[in-house]
Amino acid sequence: MESLLEFIRIDMGSPGLATLVSNPKFAFIQLLNSVSMGMNFFIIAAGLSLIFGVLKVINFAHGAFYMFGAYIAYSVTETMGLSFFWGVIGSAVGLVLLSVVIERSLFRFVYDKEHLMQLLLTFALVLILGDVAKIIWGTDQYSVSYPASLSGATNLGIAYYPSYRLLLCILGPVIFLALWLFIERTRWGRITKAATQNREMLAALGINVPIIYTGVFVAGSALAGIGGALASPFNSPTPGMDAIIIVECFVIVIIGGLGSLWGTFVGALIYGFVFNFGSVIVPNGQDIFAFLILLVVLLIRPWGLFGRPETEGQ
Amino acid sequence: MLETHDLHKHFDGFKAITAINFKLIEGERHAIIGPNGAGKTTFFNLITGHLQPSAGEVRYKGDLISGLPPYRIVKLGLARSFQRINIYPRMTVFQNVQVALIAQNNQHLHFFTRAHNLYKEETEDLLELVDLLGEIQDIAGELAYGKQKQLELAISLAANPRVLLLDEPTAGMSPSETAESIRLINDITQSRSLTLLFTEHDMSVVFSIADRISVLHHGEILASGAPDEVRKDVEVRRVYLGEEVGHASA
Amino acid sequence: MTDAMTRSAMAGCLISLALLISVPLFQSAYLIDVVTEILIYALFALSLNVIIGYSGNVSFGHAAYFAIGGYTNAILLTSHGWALVPSFVTSILVTMIAAGFVAYFCTRLTNIYFAMLTLAFSMLVWAIAFKWRSVTGGDDGFVGIRVPEIINNRAHFYYFTLIMVTAATTLLWFICHSAFGRTLVAVRENATRAGFVGVNTRLMRWWAFVVAGTFAGIAGAIFGMFHRGMYVESAFWTQSATVLIMTLLGGMFSFFGPAIGAATLFILERITNEYTEYWPTVLGCILLVILLFLPDGLAGLARKVRSYVAGSN
Repeated sequence: MESLLEFIRIDMGSPGLATLVSNPKFAFIQLLNSVSMGMNFFIIAAGLSLIFGVLKVINFAHGAFYMFGAYIAYSVTETMGLSFFWGVIGSAVGLVLLSVVIERSLFRFVYDKEHLMQLLLTFALVLILGDVAKIIWGTDQYSVSYPASLSGATNLGIAYYPSYRLLLCILGPVIFLALWLFIERTRWGRITKAATQNREMLAALGINVPIIYTGVFVAGSALAGIGGALASPFNSPTPGMDAIIIVECFVIVIIGGLGSLWGTFVGALIYGFVFNFGSVIVPNGQDIFAFLILLVVLLIRPWGLFGRPETEGQ
Repeated sequence: MLETHDLHKHFDGFKAITAINFKLIEGERHAIIGPNGAGKTTFFNLITGHLQPSAGEVRYKGDLISGLPPYRIVKLGLARSFQRINIYPRMTVFQNVQVALIAQNNQHLHFFTRAHNLYKEETEDLLELVDLLGEIQDIAGELAYGKQKQLELAISLAANPRVLLLDEPTAGMSPSETAESIRLINDITQSRSLTLLFTEHDMSVVFSIADRISVLHHGEILASGAPDEVRKDVEVRRVYLGEEVGHASA
Repeated sequence: MTDAMTRSAMAGCLISLALLISVPLFQSAYLIDVVTEILIYALFALSLNVIIGYSGNVSFGHAAYFAIGGYTNAILLTSHGWALVPSFVTSILVTMIAAGFVAYFCTRLTNIYFAMLTLAFSMLVWAIAFKWRSVTGGDDGFVGIRVPEIINNRAHFYYFTLIMVTAATTLLWFICHSAFGRTLVAVRENATRAGFVGVNTRLMRWWAFVVAGTFAGIAGAIFGMFHRGMYVESAFWTQSATVLIMTLLGGMFSFFGPAIGAATLFILERITNEYTEYWPTVLGCILLVILLFLPDGLAGLARKVRSYVAGSN
């Protein structure tokens, strides 16, 4: 058992920690890494959280949507030779089409079924979509190049930092703001928000609830696709990436609180920080740290930082 | 036997129960009446631990019970029924009552006590009492409404309570079922010398069971006393409260 | 759920047991291996059903306990040279303690929240198995498990598995049909009402979780010795989903249903893999069929067919 201690010990003399303290430039870059990674996660997890908030369905296939986004970005940029921008657009459009079909043909039959049925339906999709991706793209690991205009580094005074990652740091808050403004400041946003509280009431008011459901599902899935496309330059599209990302998204939305946009934002940032600083302090320790944070949050607030206590059940 | 001191319950600023000082005397059959939304069910939920009071306390035989979870309060001798039927709909009638007996006898963590014929006689006795012996192997959720209500009474009795709390025991019943229920409740409380606290809409039911009545209105106790006193009081109040305080006796 | 075992069910059990005992007589190594693995998965699925069918909560992380049992046994046998009995018993105890710890958190929640939390914990187990390379072998797996001499022979191992699985299943049957099992079903059906007859519902769900985890640990310990290795995939969430599908395919409202589901799915996988690499798609389609047409699984289907036949006579 000697290595259990070695495994979980935070070595105060670890080279990572020492560098972090003595080298502000290194710490600064880790900080930006955390934010850019967190923002990429936010874009993906926001879709999952949005779908849960309104439809009350945890979509296991969200990871598969992310994977499709990454693959489509590859096909558009590398195979078709279009620019990275069109790769992102192509992923979004592809996911819109895919999710409309899935929502209309399968999902709408399970909204009033038990949670177990809904979860398993999305798992069936994971299985099938994984194979579909294998049929279309095979099992190779692809690389997607950074967009030419962003492939360099930007001088931030303290240090140079990859421009592409800076873009992510900006894009995350922009998408957060856009979602927030949509939900809080537009009529459709308010209706969507109301749909999270009381479906029957909305239906009684003559609002077309199925359309809202389709819209939310499609928007959430498109976010997964965009997130996958944005991640593709540093996270090569490969089979099995869906099963990993979905668990990361789960951790983020559980920490933040299911269905809360703020919670997802904060959860994603926490995850980014834990992942980057955790692996500096204990090499390969990032996953363990993430789950430890999850445990601590759940001990204090079982429903997550920004979530509400569940009212149903006991 | 059971008392509340300055009991309050607020829901997001809405005052459901305000400053209730209430006393239930051992052996009495006490009715709580009042219009819909007066706070009767909330009051029940506070006593039985389903809700926690915002302020004030509930004492049973002098011991503080507010703050305890329902399963602890039941063990002290307070069992309740619910206004909306609350049974195990997919289990058999037999099993519905049997589970209550298992819990009452603290056997719910017995991993190797066969459930099959456990407390068979006791269950049958209770079902005989509420006249459900004929339906013993039926699925509870498929019983007629009145029968489900009786089953719920049997479940509450299986907890072997000293105080029985019934929330609208005859709500939704036909006149003949209601008459039968009144007879049953009177019989059971007498033969088992139970203290009874119940809420009821139907004033004829109230007057044929209760020996004391409290009137709850807007979360406060307006009046409390023997049926005759309250009847007068109720009639006086009806004059200015309209039809609010319960329905007229049929 | 039926109270006592009916005569036909009893006969079914005895015939199955007789057939299982006679499997090595056919002298087919392939057959023995297949049935051994089916037995392991059957126990795994039966254990999960204590949470799903009896307590009414959906665990998406049951593989964690399978893996904990498997890895602990593997490490004790191989790295520490323990004998079979102490190693096996300790593995079960370790799994039990781990399940008890996780259940403390998970039983605070219900529904989707419960499912997500069980999933998160199983991924913690997965991450530890993955990263703690010096002890678990990391993503190379823990290979070369030392199997004690007495069961280091195909037929012997088969009988060892059969005895263990039969004993565990019998134990589970008694637990599910005990006062505890009956009360657990009541908690599933109506937790509020159960609370008001004096049942601490959270404690009941905690015990259900611990029982389920412990028996999954037994299955995992046997699995590791059978394959002479434990791999991180055993703790991955998709493994939890697979055993969940086994349970549902068989029928979660029947005690033996999950075992039948496990056997069916395992055999289907073997057959499918002969023809195509796209087993996941087949599995996904099976799952869709269960969800849309067989909500009570094969056991429910059998019940319907039986009542249809009885009705037409």
